[in-house]
Amino acid sequence: MSARPLPAEHTGESDPKSIESVHGRLEHVWRNGPGLWGWLTSVNHKSIALRSIITAFAFFALAGVEAALMRAQLARPESSLIGPDRYNQLFTVHGSTMMFLFAVPMVQSVALYFVPIMIGTRNVAFPRLNAFGYWVYLIGGVLLYAALFTNTGPDQGWFSYVPLAGPEFSPGKRVDIWAQMITFTEIAAIVAAIEVIVTVFKQRAPGMSLNRVPLFVWAMVVMSFMVLVAMPYVATASMMLAMDRLIATQFFNYAEGGDALLWQHLFWFFAHPEVYIIFIPGLGMVSSIVATFSRRPVFGYTAIVLSTVSIGFLSFGLWVHHMFATPLPQTGQSFFTAASAMIAIPTGVTIFCWIATIWSGRPRFDTPMLYVVGFIALFTIGGLSGLFLSAVPVDLQLTDTFFLPGHIHYVLLGGMVFPLFGALHYWFPKVTGRMMSERLGKVSFWLLFVGVNVTFFPQLLLGAAGMPRRVYTYLADTGWGGLNLTSSIGAGLLAVGLLVLVVNIARSLAAGPPAGADPWGGETLEWAVSSPAPDYNFAYIPIVHGRSALWADTGDLDAVSGLREDRREVLQTTMLDAEPDSRHEHPDPTIVPLLAALATGVTLIWGIFDPIGFAVGGALTFLALGAWGWPQKTKPNTHEIVEVPK
Amino acid sequence: MTWAGSIFDTAGGPAERIARLTWFLIIVSVVTYLLLLVATGIAMRRARARRLREQLADTGPDTESRLTRNISIAAIATTLILLVYVTATARTGKAIAWPVNARQPLTIEVTGHQWWWQFRYRDSVPSNWLTTSNELHIPVGRPVRVILLSNDVIHSFWIPELHGKQDLIPGHRNTTWIQADRPGVWKARCAEFCGHQHAKMAFDVVAESPARFNQWYVSQLTSAQPPTDSSARRGHDVFMQRTCIMCHTISGTQAGSSVGPELTHIASRPSIAAGTLRNTRENLGRWILNPQLIKPGVRMPPNAFPPADMNALLDYLETLK
Amino acid sequence: MRTISFGQLWRRAVAVAALALGLACKREERRFNATSPSAPAYAAVTLDTLQPGVPSPELSVKSPSEGNAYDISQGKQLFEQWNCSGCHSHGGGGMGPPLMDNEWIYGSSPENIVATIVEGRPNGMPSFRNRITANQLWQLAAYVRSMSGLEAKAPSPGRDDDMQYKVDEQRTPIRTPRASSSRNVPAKSERP
Repeated sequence: MSARPLPAEHTGESDPKSIESVHGRLEHVWRNGPGLWGWLTSVNHKSIALRSIITAFAFFALAGVEAALMRAQLARPESSLIGPDRYNQLFTVHGSTMMFLFAVPMVQSVALYFVPIMIGTRNVAFPRLNAFGYWVYLIGGVLLYAALFTNTGPDQGWFSYVPLAGPEFSPGKRVDIWAQMITFTEIAAIVAAIEVIVTVFKQRAPGMSLNRVPLFVWAMVVMSFMVLVAMPYVATASMMLAMDRLIATQFFNYAEGGDALLWQHLFWFFAHPEVYIIFIPGLGMVSSIVATFSRRPVFGYTAIVLSTVSIGFLSFGLWVHHMFATPLPQTGQSFFTAASAMIAIPTGVTIFCWIATIWSGRPRFDTPMLYVVGFIALFTIGGLSGLFLSAVPVDLQLTDTFFLPGHIHYVLLGGMVFPLFGALHYWFPKVTGRMMSERLGKVSFWLLFVGVNVTFFPQLLLGAAGMPRRVYTYLADTGWGGLNLTSSIGAGLLAVGLLVLVVNIARSLAAGPPAGADPWGGETLEWAVSSPAPDYNFAYIPIVHGRSALWADTGDLDAVSGLREDRREVLQTTMLDAEPDSRHEHPDPTIVPLLAALATGVTLIWGIFDPIGFAVGGALTFLALGAWGWPQKTKPNTHEIVEVPK
Repeated sequence: MTWAGSIFDTAGGPAERIARLTWFLIIVSVVTYLLLLVATGIAMRRARARRLREQLADTGPDTESRLTRNISIAAIATTLILLVYVTATARTGKAIAWPVNARQPLTIEVTGHQWWWQFRYRDSVPSNWLTTSNELHIPVGRPVRVILLSNDVIHSFWIPELHGKQDLIPGHRNTTWIQADRPGVWKARCAEFCGHQHAKMAFDVVAESPARFNQWYVSQLTSAQPPTDSSARRGHDVFMQRTCIMCHTISGTQAGSSVGPELTHIASRPSIAAGTLRNTRENLGRWILNPQLIKPGVRMPPNAFPPADMNALLDYLETLK
Repeated sequence: MRTISFGQLWRRAVAVAALALGLACKREERRFNATSPSAPAYAAVTLDTLQPGVPSPELSVKSPSEGNAYDISQGKQLFEQWNCSGCHSHGGGGMGPPLMDNEWIYGSSPENIVATIVEGRPNGMPSFRNRITANQLWQLAAYVRSMSGLEAKAPSPGRDDDMQYKVDEQRTPIRTPRASSSRNVPAKSERP
């Protein structure tokens, strides 16, 4: 039983140029326009996702530089490298960049690239909205960094507690820029979530019923629902904060009936699910890698799907564990201890299923699989340290100390970044058509693995030693210098490891060995198309007969025919069983999403300084949306439909 | 284990119970982690593929059911461990709660400022209420009720040797309690990001025998005496005629502003600048001359007194024991 | 790959633009380590610009706190904590004249306000000579000006976390200062 890819003529590897061939016609219809204009008007999900991934990596690098500066400052007690104001800006922008500009956009972009291919469709459900989401994300990120470079970087912490972040104690426009950056990134995140949900529910390949959907896609769907529920809370909270600062509302002013704790509830109700929003896609990536590299489908498909869904639900019931040191009732707090413990069960089940897959498979430890093992090793430390924090009495000692950065970086680096880097090595051949270097891959893995431990384990100890967090320095007589220096050296190792990874990417792009359609022998549909996939993904939409689309025991993949080749068209199927339902026309490339995003940018950025910005910018946005929704002339038939035999 | 200054360097009941729970969790975590690593390691060693696109693994129904059974056992074991965890946590939580039938607790009101601490001891006789700054004395063996208020932003009151932390939230009246079971001198600190000098917002905690505590309390209640030494008298005039009087209180004198820490007994404190510097003449001089060099962003401005005035001022401050 | 080079180009252009936009945004500066010289050279301050002969060169000491959000906010904190409200009542006046109107008996420029605080004024304004440092004086002056809308909107403070007794300075309409009146009219509160 081996993987049997689609024959060459189905994958577009025969001559794509000839307008007479199916592939030529589809390529002509689905390609981006030429030059800069084509780049700006693209509505192709892979183009947009790829530029979004690159943008997210750029923000990751910037946030990494900020982290390096912080570790340089903390390496020695009472260092005068960076003063308190600059340091506060650094840790605020580092946290905000990683959480809002890197983690969520990155996993959503990976989803937007691969989910349509994995479910056998040609594009996401709303192509122009996809483009709009990217531009809004880019504008929000540029806003934050333009602020940082003009001494207006936010300095109140990425969690922005009031009253410190309120109008009295944070003068100037720093916090307002932070609040508005939130609005941009939340719009982008909600847009991407809508895309994933609707695409997965309406455009799956025929035969891919819900119980045959790849685990990666399941993870992305669960994550997207979580985004829809959680993001509005932080957008509302940041809007309330911006209003308190700009037009003197009283949401967080206790003297006029508001409450500082209200901010904490709103923010953490979003921010705790947020970390699971970041973590669950990592689970999806691990499932994909484990299956391919153990040469068997992941054990316990139903258990993993149910566990992922229950993690999604449960994560909304944990937020008070960030607030144990506040005057909330003791009994209420205990409930959150139990809920936080409970979420360890589905997480554990998922990890046990993967171990079982490896155990009963024929594993091979190329770089992607190394990152999976690294994930298990590191994420578990993070999760276990989380158990310390969910116990109220222990949390009262350890919260707001360096134990927290230790914990969060183990879960974030272990639970998201390691799966992401594994997925990078795994899917790089599919995106670029070239293989990455295994040797450099292993070198960067080990540097990163050791680096994470050397950087963050001392931080767990520093928390127990009594060192508070968010401090720009510490006194020499505290005795914390040794552990801090060790942690900073570890940060250096991480930097070197990331550098090796970047070198690997650059060299592989330039001169890596060609990959072919299916270098790993994978089970999901993306390995049935060429590397990189053509703009239209599939010449003929495949029909799926089992969970592992390419490992099923049938012969060549069946496919459907009949979609138009003279205009952009996708097949819509029913939600549960994916029976073909209707054909749906997709828009051609257009500049309108960029214009709408620019209008949104004008509205929100002007609104930081003057409420009139919302009125004027709102009018501009209204015009842009009008252009968006303007009815199109129906296009005449340009080619005859040709029935192509299977 | 006495890792000085850490959460394991316990000197009071609550901290002791928390440390015990922490140790229990450490042991459970290490054992669980090792089991997981061993399982992963064994899984990795089995039937390794030699080629990239190796033939698919053939697992029969026996393997599948065995794996299901093993995972179920692991999941049940996890659940049981978590139940034990929740129970242990709940028991510790109850054990560290305020002892409701505590006899004659001491009540202290803590007000957090950016970036210093104000302590107000309540007494049954209102004229015996004591206000002091950045230095907390408590009697050994007596429960202390701590009321937490904030003057500006959220701070957090944390003495690791005695108890976990509690936040000081403006608009809310939070409470906690501490009790020292042995004498000691510890450095406590602010544990919630509160602005530029959150890093250097500490205070000294001195736990001493009830007799010595009462001695300290009575001496703190006395007002400052007018200085007799001519240099100290000149220093007194510097204090009253320059910037100092705008922000500081010295009871018994004209200085009555509560903007900054009160200084009536500054000379008896172990540290100055909210636990940042040891209380020596040289440090005090440096601090007064330019606090911004030591704690950039702090509310106290630089004071460019000429050297003669500065010496006199320091002489005066040294009389404020 | 075409997409990568456009993306890099785009981001580089943006980063350059951001840097060019002004590395030291005056509004957001926080000058902690500024040494405080002896009181500002306000001896050259005059209450009126009317002078015989050729007007003297302008005062060389300019307020460093104008347009600086941090300093104005510090000025507000100092105003409250030193109880200026005891007479001026958050700007509305009482025993002392209101500070949020556009009537300036002793001048509205930062140097004039600093002079008022340092020297004191007849009928009750104390002299704070030697008791407030130069930097704090500039901060207070900038705040007082913001109360009557003489500072720009963006650096002016928003609402306090306190009872709301007036429109915050950020939403106070911007004004140009009215030239001081030449008639010496006593304040309303002092008329018999």
